[in-house]
Amino acid sequence: MIRRLSLCVTGLLGATASHADWAINMPRGVSELSAETYDLHMTVFNWCVGIAIVVFGAMIFTIVRHRKSRGVAPARFSHSMSAEVTWTIIPIIILLIMAVPAAETMIKIEDSREPELTVVVTGYQWKWHYTYQGEDVAFYSTLARSSSEARRKGSGIDPASVENYLLDVDKPLVVPKGAKVRILLTSNDVIHSWWVPDLSIKKDAIPGFMNETWFQAEEIGVFRGQCAELCGMDHGYMPVVVQVVEPDEFEAWMDAEREPPAAAATTTSSAR
Amino acid sequence: MSTAVAGIDTHDHHRPEKGFGRWLFATNHKDIGTMYLLFSLTMLFVGGTMAMVIRSELLAPGLQFVNPDFFNQMTTMHALVMIFGAIMPAFVGLANWMVPLMIGAPDMALPRMNNLSFWILPFAFTILLSTLFMPGGAPAGGWTMYPPLVLQTGDAFPFLIFSIHLMGLSSIMGAINIIVTIINMRAPDMSLLKMPMFVWSWLITAYLLIAVMPVLAGAVTMLLTDQFFGTSFFLAAGGGDPVMYQHIFWFFGHPEVYIMILPAFGIVSEIIPTFARKPLFGHDSMVYAISAIAFLSFIVWAHHMFTVGMPLTGQLFFMFATMLIAVPTGVKIFNWTATMWRGAMTFETPMLFALAFLFLFSIGGFSGVMTAIVPADIQYQDSYFVVAHFHYVLVPGALFAILGAVYYWLPKWTGRMYNEKLGQIHFWLTAVFVNVTFFPMHFLGLAGMPRRIPDYATQFTDWNFVASIGAFGFGLSQLLFVYIVISCMRGRGESATAEVWDHPKGLEWTVPSPAPFHTFEEPPVRIPAAHTFT
Repeated sequence: MIRRLSLCVTGLLGATASHADWAINMPRGVSELSAETYDLHMTVFNWCVGIAIVVFGAMIFTIVRHRKSRGVAPARFSHSMSAEVTWTIIPIIILLIMAVPAAETMIKIEDSREPELTVVVTGYQWKWHYTYQGEDVAFYSTLARSSSEARRKGSGIDPASVENYLLDVDKPLVVPKGAKVRILLTSNDVIHSWWVPDLSIKKDAIPGFMNETWFQAEEIGVFRGQCAELCGMDHGYMPVVVQVVEPDEFEAWMDAEREPPAAAATTTSSAR
Repeated sequence: MSTAVAGIDTHDHHRPEKGFGRWLFATNHKDIGTMYLLFSLTMLFVGGTMAMVIRSELLAPGLQFVNPDFFNQMTTMHALVMIFGAIMPAFVGLANWMVPLMIGAPDMALPRMNNLSFWILPFAFTILLSTLFMPGGAPAGGWTMYPPLVLQTGDAFPFLIFSIHLMGLSSIMGAINIIVTIINMRAPDMSLLKMPMFVWSWLITAYLLIAVMPVLAGAVTMLLTDQFFGTSFFLAAGGGDPVMYQHIFWFFGHPEVYIMILPAFGIVSEIIPTFARKPLFGHDSMVYAISAIAFLSFIVWAHHMFTVGMPLTGQLFFMFATMLIAVPTGVKIFNWTATMWRGAMTFETPMLFALAFLFLFSIGGFSGVMTAIVPADIQYQDSYFVVAHFHYVLVPGALFAILGAVYYWLPKWTGRMYNEKLGQIHFWLTAVFVNVTFFPMHFLGLAGMPRRIPDYATQFTDWNFVASIGAFGFGLSQLLFVYIVISCMRGRGESATAEVWDHPKGLEWTVPSPAPFHTFEEPPVRIPAAHTFT
């Protein structure tokens, strides 16, 4: 009964889309690992709520009951070895219970073997660059024009009128659904961090070093995140957008990308 | 000036000097304590004004008031001012006032060094705050000063480094003074385990300061040499590693946050027994718990770095060690509750702040346990969830303890009771607004809002609005505190007795209120039973 009730509550909390206003919880996300991360988060949260109910309950009880105005003289005790041992051992046990599934998930997160696709992500001040490793496909991904105009101080443009304000780019990272995508991460200047909440992925992009992480998106859609390490003036203006498409759509997109932009070049040169 | 007869000094030592010489050349722990406290109150408002700029900009999406670069200067300076200018000096001020009184010592062991420790601070902060007016503005790379970004700071950079060095010197000298005083100048009757908890908490905090402030000094010096002297400690192109800075910084940084909370624990351990009229539960465990927390604080630093690309073993170790700190901290919360249990409580303002500490610091503790879990932290790191966590432990944590301590000891310092009604109003306004400000930040972080951004996607509008309103309310409410304190200092209010409260324990309550300029010129030979901490 308690289990059903707590599942209800957690379900309610989880069901709220994090892209809605007044959102209060993390998204469950679209990968197995993001769901595991979410579950870990909710487990720890529920433990905290449970402990809070007990501890705050005791505090409130004593504040209400053990007042001088009730006219009872204060007790004199100030020791209890058994109490101390109990409230040392019980928290240790609770922490062990939380640590085990956390460690299991961490081991899975570290396993980036056998990816189907590798993308090298480079952070710049203030945009991202994506290179599909082994393919001749590479491009910058910059804040979309609509956001870039509206964001200026005193622009007069209401952010509510801009679609995906500050979360839209001119060219997103496109990946196939169900593929294990390895991300190699570095930076051209300062430390940035590549974060997509729906994929529960965040890793720092450090100049001169290569970091590695991976994700496997199980749903179609466009998933948006932001840079998560202060990188200067426009740290808040370099979003991360990942578009997950069906595998055949991905192949078609890759073919189009592999095409050299020859048509555009010849038109401009002949127009001269 | 000097007489022919050596050794006869015609100065009257029983009264403080007149004029600002009294303050500039102060060697009296009470005067120096007062200066630290007034300085920190001023810095609280300076840092608070910066917070108001931040929250005004974040009130609504779109950029209304400041440019992104200035916004980053505000977030950076807000943190530096609050940490090094408000919280730490306030605790040092409380230590200066209270430690000699609590151990029956006439003053601190090294009074002239004490003077220097204080006066360095206004000088250091003048330098730091002046960078706001330099070309390029104040530092804007975060209070954590990560390279390579911090190396893009303009003219302000050497002033930032210099002011940090000065603040560090002040802290180190202050810490040495505290340790020497506590170890050497206790009343004969007072063994270490018989010391009050506030003194214990400061003894341990002082060791932490001495251990880690030099590490910060090292880190920022390496930044300086990377910038000006051709070294490559943190520059990959020269064979260095930006992540090494983070390790060095956080090796300082994590104990630093415990430096900012252990004295708060000490204060709460003073206040709750007094107002519960019952001895502190588990006094010895409380000492061991503080010691365990201090020890553990050295081995958890990389939990600030879970997304830098750490080997799995490292992640596991730091996760387990971080979770472990919850155990002694929990013991303290339970012991404070057990102190209240079956006591006879009254709820004057100091007790209100101490009780709010218990509830709200615990909430900060819970979000801390959540962030310790690495896979979840991948989502929380650098988001508003972390901002919520540390503001909960620092504001209704450290700051509430400081406010409670001021209300608790103000009658001893000034000889006047503060206005209890006003104190309660200040408390309730502060407690409500602090939650309105910071609780929604948990939601914002979970919903995906990063930190240190001046503008945000529209789905974050509602909670940001709530937080900003809370912040304005919180800031305004502190003006009432200033009024209450100044009234008391000016002699308004009922006269306070020596004991002030209902039979509180501690040597400080055996001297008159206001405490005379010189106290315990002779050490107390026997501590009255009512004032011992067995």
